[in-house]
Amino acid sequence: MTARIQVPPKARRGEAVEVRIVIQHPMETGFRYDAMGGRTPRNVIHTLVCRYGGAEVFRADMGAGIAANPFLRFFVRASEPGDIECSWVDSENASGTVSARLTVAV
Amino acid sequence: MNPPPGVDARVINTPEGALQSILSGAPMRKGRVRLELPPIAENGHSVGMTVKVDSPMSEADHVRRIELIADKNPVPRVATFLLGPHNGRAEVESRLRLNGTQRVTAIAQLSDGSFWFDAVDVTVNELACLDGG
Repeated sequence: MTARIQVPPKARRGEAVEVRIVIQHPMETGFRYDAMGGRTPRNVIHTLVCRYGGAEVFRADMGAGIAANPFLRFFVRASEPGDIECSWVDSENASGTVSARLTVAV
Repeated sequence: MNPPPGVDARVINTPEGALQSILSGAPMRKGRVRLELPPIAENGHSVGMTVKVDSPMSEADHVRRIELIADKNPVPRVATFLLGPHNGRAEVESRLRLNGTQRVTAIAQLSDGSFWFDAVDVTVNELACLDGG
């Protein structure tokens, strides 16, 4: 699974910085049928967790109601320089991680 | 989302059941939450959505979680976002899959336990859950 994370290049301490993440994933609803009449099994990224400097700062529990190639934008208050790391897992237990370095001016 | 063990999927997968599973009987009030969705969506495959909650996001007063309910989706509980004071701003954007014209509700639970909501009616011209999509 390919994924992309974006954080601002620089942040000031205390500032709420915008984190954007997009993951390539079909988010299969389980309601679709192929040409042979077989049902495409449901497969969604159900959990996404983001950590900043090792501490959890954002969590999303999702279902097929989130569009394919899920996109999320949220905020994190900059404190110390560190990595913002997001990991996720889907219904087939496939997982992935993507991270970005947050540079904080003291 | 799949219901947790012991929860009847036939009940939780109604708008009322979804609401009940979040509130457990607690009241919710309109306000503090702003849900931004287009009034008309050409199709339901990917509809941009932003939730903003009016909150200082301090240790004492912050948003604990945001819940999204799409009334006419086969699974109305679309997503749960867990937040805290470390977010600095209570705002989340994503893209939804909507099975037709319906009402979408965003519910925020604050650190004092209270629930606040906003709802938007979205007209969807082409459904997302039909085959061939």
